[in-house]
Amino acid sequence: MRKLLALLFCCFVSPAFAQLTIEITQGVDNPTRIAVVPMGWGGSSPLPEDVSEIVSADLQRSGQFDPVPRTSMLSFPTKPEDVFYRDWRAMGAEYLLVSSAEQRGGRYFVRYDVFDVLAQRKVISAGKVDGSPEQLRDIAHHISDKVYEKITGIRGAFSTQVLYVEAFQHEQKADNFRLMLADADGARSRLLLESDQPLLSPTWSPDGREIAYVSFETTRPAIFMQNLATGQREQLTNFTGLNGAPAFSPDGDKLAMVLSKDGNPEIYTLDLRTRQFTRVTNHYAIDTEPSWTADGEGVVFTSNRGGKPQIYKVTLASGRVERLTFDGEYNARGRVSKDGKTLVMVHQRQGVFHIAAQDLTTGTLRILTETNLDESPTIAPNGAMLLYATRFGGKGILAAVSLDAGTKYRLPSKQGDVREPAWSPFFN
Amino acid sequence: MITKAMKQGLSFAFVMAFLVGCSSTDTKTDEDAAGAGANGGVTTGTADGGALGSSNGMDDGMEELDKVIYFDFDQAVLLPAARSLLLAHSERLRNSDASARLEGHADERGSREYNMALGERRANAVRDFLVLQGVSRSNLEVISYGEERPLALGSGESSWSKNRRVEIDY
Repeated sequence: MRKLLALLFCCFVSPAFAQLTIEITQGVDNPTRIAVVPMGWGGSSPLPEDVSEIVSADLQRSGQFDPVPRTSMLSFPTKPEDVFYRDWRAMGAEYLLVSSAEQRGGRYFVRYDVFDVLAQRKVISAGKVDGSPEQLRDIAHHISDKVYEKITGIRGAFSTQVLYVEAFQHEQKADNFRLMLADADGARSRLLLESDQPLLSPTWSPDGREIAYVSFETTRPAIFMQNLATGQREQLTNFTGLNGAPAFSPDGDKLAMVLSKDGNPEIYTLDLRTRQFTRVTNHYAIDTEPSWTADGEGVVFTSNRGGKPQIYKVTLASGRVERLTFDGEYNARGRVSKDGKTLVMVHQRQGVFHIAAQDLTTGTLRILTETNLDESPTIAPNGAMLLYATRFGGKGILAAVSLDAGTKYRLPSKQGDVREPAWSPFFN
Repeated sequence: MITKAMKQGLSFAFVMAFLVGCSSTDTKTDEDAAGAGANGGVTTGTADGGALGSSNGMDDGMEELDKVIYFDFDQAVLLPAARSLLLAHSERLRNSDASARLEGHADERGSREYNMALGERRANAVRDFLVLQGVSRSNLEVISYGEERPLALGSGESSWSKNRRVEIDY
């Protein structure tokens, strides 16, 4: 499987930038066995993308599925009427995905059906999706989303994207920083911005149209906003001191950030319509790394006001601050899940930096990762997985772990140090 | 001119007050720093022989001064070795009226934006010390690069201790 995946990514991605290839390191104990049959296609030359293989890889990466290898398949039905349930029962497949594509007027039209092998019935009947030749991967991710949602009951996040920073740093050479955008599976990476000065803290607007990040291009840190469709950029801040950690509010109207213009790192919000800055915290300690609560009424942030970095929450209406983390001596860069139940963070235990998740109801903290130097957790919009940055083989890489810690995979880069992932929202 | 002279006189008074008041509080914070390192499973003793050795040059005004000040993990408190080095720098900065850029840095551990704030704290600690020594605040520019510009690449205390620093550039 891994070989197939590697081959797939090598073959079909543009060679301009390093790709992030997937290495699955851990899945759930009893994954659902699904057979994704190669897509039927009557064209004279093969499809530019192996759509079924992309679907299969998506489902496997989620940790919830164990796709049947093609080499084990007894038949390759492409239409519902060609399906013989006993072929699939024989290899223990619980579900079966059959699909076919045709090309009309430069577009690909795909039909797909999903069967419950044991119940011998269709669970998705005549699903349809179409797109341009450049959208074959999108077609695959769309099918993955539908299958995943039908079988798990959780909305699929395979059609989402991820922002990250790739850095090239050598002791003898000038630094090179790249802000990158890729599909959630690491494919189709593209360059958004390149600089010889640091780039960091990329983040998405809730509608997925704008991004914000910190750039040192003016020789000092400044927060920029950039439209993904037009590439148009705007510098939002130019204060003395820190200008960092931008975070869009859930309604997209405000940007929380850290500024030290008054001598001390404090949390501020910027109203993106009126351009008014409002100071949120007021403490002589470090206050930074704001992140909005799901309801938009509060901001969680890192502060060392108790002597060590811990995560606090401020309620914007009242200004009331409460401490959220008590387990350990270093908890930082918190992110609250969309359902408001879980806080993920960088957590230090015995000198090792892990990603941890805290149940906000019970206060119980659980370490999710076994790697070291972990940072920058970012939760998928469906809340199933999170991406984070770590080091592997002496390089910065991205890795993923499910919020129940059952599934783990790595996205190593062949080139620079990859860091600071930001998982996009749903685009529709 | 008169006001400047008065200001310098005042800042000298502050320096004296600071130095007198320092000894007890600083000992305490340095202990805290050491304790933090031990609890975090981090090797302490990063007071750095390099900085100590270079501080010997303070008597000779023309000797090259070490331009890097080192810190303990998650700390922005000046270590004793840094103080003597900074005294030598402050003498030169006072006499030359040159402006200096103070670049704060952190090691790679922990989160990036917290490290950005920590780097600024460290550069501010150096700036405040120099100002107390009579260096004009307007001649000192502070910038933090957090963990984005490590001096030593690689993971491990030997790299980390070199990266927790403020670089004085003038």
